[in-house]
Amino acid sequence: MTTKTSPGLPAARGPLSEAVLARLRGEDVTAPPVADFPALGQDLQLALYCCYELHYRGFQEVSPDREWDASVLAVRARLESAFLDALRAEVPAGSDVAGELEQLLVEHVDDTGVSHHLRRRGALWQLREYLAHRSLYHLKEADPQSFVIPRLDAAPKAALVAIQHDEYGAGEPERAHSKLFADMMAALGMCTDYGAHLESAPAEALAEVNFMSLCGLHRGLRGALVGQFAAIELTSSPGADRLSRAMRKLGCGQEATRFYDEHVEADAVHEQLVRREVITPLLAAEPELASDVVFGIRSSTFLAGRLERLLLDRWEHGQTSLRTP
Amino acid sequence: MAERRRVVITDEGPILVHGPIEAQLPDGAVVRSDRPVTALCACGRSRRQPFCDASHRRRVRGTTEKGR
Repeated sequence: MTTKTSPGLPAARGPLSEAVLARLRGEDVTAPPVADFPALGQDLQLALYCCYELHYRGFQEVSPDREWDASVLAVRARLESAFLDALRAEVPAGSDVAGELEQLLVEHVDDTGVSHHLRRRGALWQLREYLAHRSLYHLKEADPQSFVIPRLDAAPKAALVAIQHDEYGAGEPERAHSKLFADMMAALGMCTDYGAHLESAPAEALAEVNFMSLCGLHRGLRGALVGQFAAIELTSSPGADRLSRAMRKLGCGQEATRFYDEHVEADAVHEQLVRREVITPLLAAEPELASDVVFGIRSSTFLAGRLERLLLDRWEHGQTSLRTP
Repeated sequence: MAERRRVVITDEGPILVHGPIEAQLPDGAVVRSDRPVTALCACGRSRRQPFCDASHRRRVRGTTEKGR
């Protein structure tokens, strides 16, 4: 019914996720009104994450048929609508894609982000926590963005697929970025099972991945998906370099730093391709998508900033950034 | 005749070479890249020669917050 690599269902974090999890198990439960819950809070974000996971690896206890179950999709649509409304309220609208990209290409040398913190004075437990949060995406790296492929014209599609080919190891599964991430976790003594760190992931970590899935699964949000993709590829290279240096400083060997070392070089290429060969032809053919591309960039940056602030705030107080039930 | 390769010379940093490459360094060492496109450092600042590591980017102090 399901593959051995499917994770188990997580525990509910409130009435919304409780209702969604029951639906996934096949019980006929009506979800409470979505408007009663914070859109960026952990109950709603976990409920949404579980709906999306049906389109990736699914869950051990859940029938694959639930993926296209109308009652699940109806709940998902209400969760998505609340999530989108919250993002549109948080990030200012705009349509100057070139200006937006230019800002992302500036390196702020005295920035206080997580990679800066880890490089300057990171501890090994903090690095492990960071990887646990990031594992939600990196163990399925590039998958949310692959959903956009059939929604693109020939030119942006060809360039996006060239990038994805690289992400998936260019024909060698051992070199796939998700595999390199798992190897890095293993080198640090962490569990590398798909979904293993879902229980400990706070709302901020879930929301980042949910945004990718949301944009990937809706053709109407293809511009936002491309913006989200660009934001990751443009900011990744210098960040990866700092993380690689942070890990070497903490005594990690090459098998551990390989993931970030690879990203320094790979994303220096990808950012060029995404700007010149994905966004440029996309907007030449569909200029009306500019505001969606900006929305994708800004939402992605906003959600990444939220997670970073949570981590830095907790660590500053000597506390774990992981969720403890 | 060998197939022509597309080489894009950017005005901001690297030279983009389409297709897998083998590059010989000044000391004779040979490095390979099997990526669909390789970004070769042209500004001289990369710490991962001969490949681009985005070190050509404008660097500023202070101001706004940014992720990662």
